[in-house]
Amino acid sequence: MKNQSNSTVPFILYLADNNLILAQRNSEWCGHGPVLEQDIAITNITLDLIGQARMLYQLAADHINRQNGNQDATEDTLAYLRNEREFSNVLMVELPKGHWGFTVLRQYLFSEFQYLLYRHLSAHADEPLSAIAIKSLKEVTYHVQWSREWVLRLGDGTSESHQKMADAVQDIWMYTGELFQAAPFEDAAVLQSIHTEWKQRISETLEEATLIVPEKVFMQQGGKQGIHTEHLGYMLAEMQYLQRMHPNATW
Amino acid sequence: MVTPVYDTQHIHRLLEAVSDPEIPVLSVNDLGIIRDIQINGHQVEVVITPTYSGCPAMDMIAESIQSYLHSCGYNEVKVTTVLSPAWTTDWMTETGKRKLETYGIAPPNRITRDSDAPKKCPRCGSTDTRVISQFGSTACKALYQCNECMEPFDYFKCH
Ligand SMILES: [Zn+2]
Repeated sequence: MKNQSNSTVPFILYLADNNLILAQRNSEWCGHGPVLEQDIAITNITLDLIGQARMLYQLAADHINRQNGNQDATEDTLAYLRNEREFSNVLMVELPKGHWGFTVLRQYLFSEFQYLLYRHLSAHADEPLSAIAIKSLKEVTYHVQWSREWVLRLGDGTSESHQKMADAVQDIWMYTGELFQAAPFEDAAVLQSIHTEWKQRISETLEEATLIVPEKVFMQQGGKQGIHTEHLGYMLAEMQYLQRMHPNATW
Repeated sequence: MVTPVYDTQHIHRLLEAVSDPEIPVLSVNDLGIIRDIQINGHQVEVVITPTYSGCPAMDMIAESIQSYLHSCGYNEVKVTTVLSPAWTTDWMTETGKRKLETYGIAPPNRITRDSDAPKKCPRCGSTDTRVISQFGSTACKALYQCNECMEPFDYFKCH
């Protein structure tokens, strides 16, 4: 995003990690959704996120291999053979899936962010990255639509669903600030403008859902620097088990 | 043994026999995912573009293209993927759309630039339909129900 040589790979890995970790988390709903149609919806969204992660890891691997003059990095080594401290995803995406309301709220907050970021990257100078962004933008448009409808339905629903959503907003809000805290591989000005628009969109939706946007909340951070919550380690242990136990195993 | 003809149009026509594993009624040509065919001596390169980035059918489609062309006598076949420009359902052929409808899936139907919905129920032809879920059995489809014959049906979303 900024300096081509230093920040390109970390930035692409950051995008890929966000996608992969959220996808892995959402995939826990497979076979456990509240109704069949919604089980299918969240798993289809998950599939989109994994597809995007694959394209991004492949792109990062190309850059890494060019820098190192070998062919050692692949999408698989990047997903399966990096440690917790090497993942730079935001904390928000690694949090446990919680109840359905928490899952759809996180998806909504993240998808709106992703939508704005991909829209910006569509005009990125690194052509392969902009191609991925344009491709992904179409998919994320659906994710925003779907998750927004759920936030409205549950927020402005029964008193129980409303209370659960209000609690979910309180629980997750401290993890939203990190999205807009620029890491060295990000462009602070771009993030700031995205933040303004994100806040506006989120406020409109939460208001329509009769939910309150929290103010002056202490914001957690660390994910972009590889300092994660305890939840990521457990997830990676499960996700990477096969490649760690049986290196280079293939189907 | 079939004698391979090293001609792009000929190979393009051969690919009519390779179908989408999830919607077998559609060939890769109908889907509009064949972007280019390059011939270099006896080497054939087929360039495809993914429909959805996470579509699990894509790897299988690439393998099917390769093995089918092998069976047609082309020994050196490479399938590569390009992302840009991104695939859109506008590239689906008219034949493909008709095949979909006969198969029971309402074909993509763009209403405005940002909105789309099935034109009619693929079973009874009624225009009175409603959406059940934006996500159907695969990422490319939405689930609808016909208010006339009451049958649920898949709609291939505009993308
Ligand atoms: Zn009908």
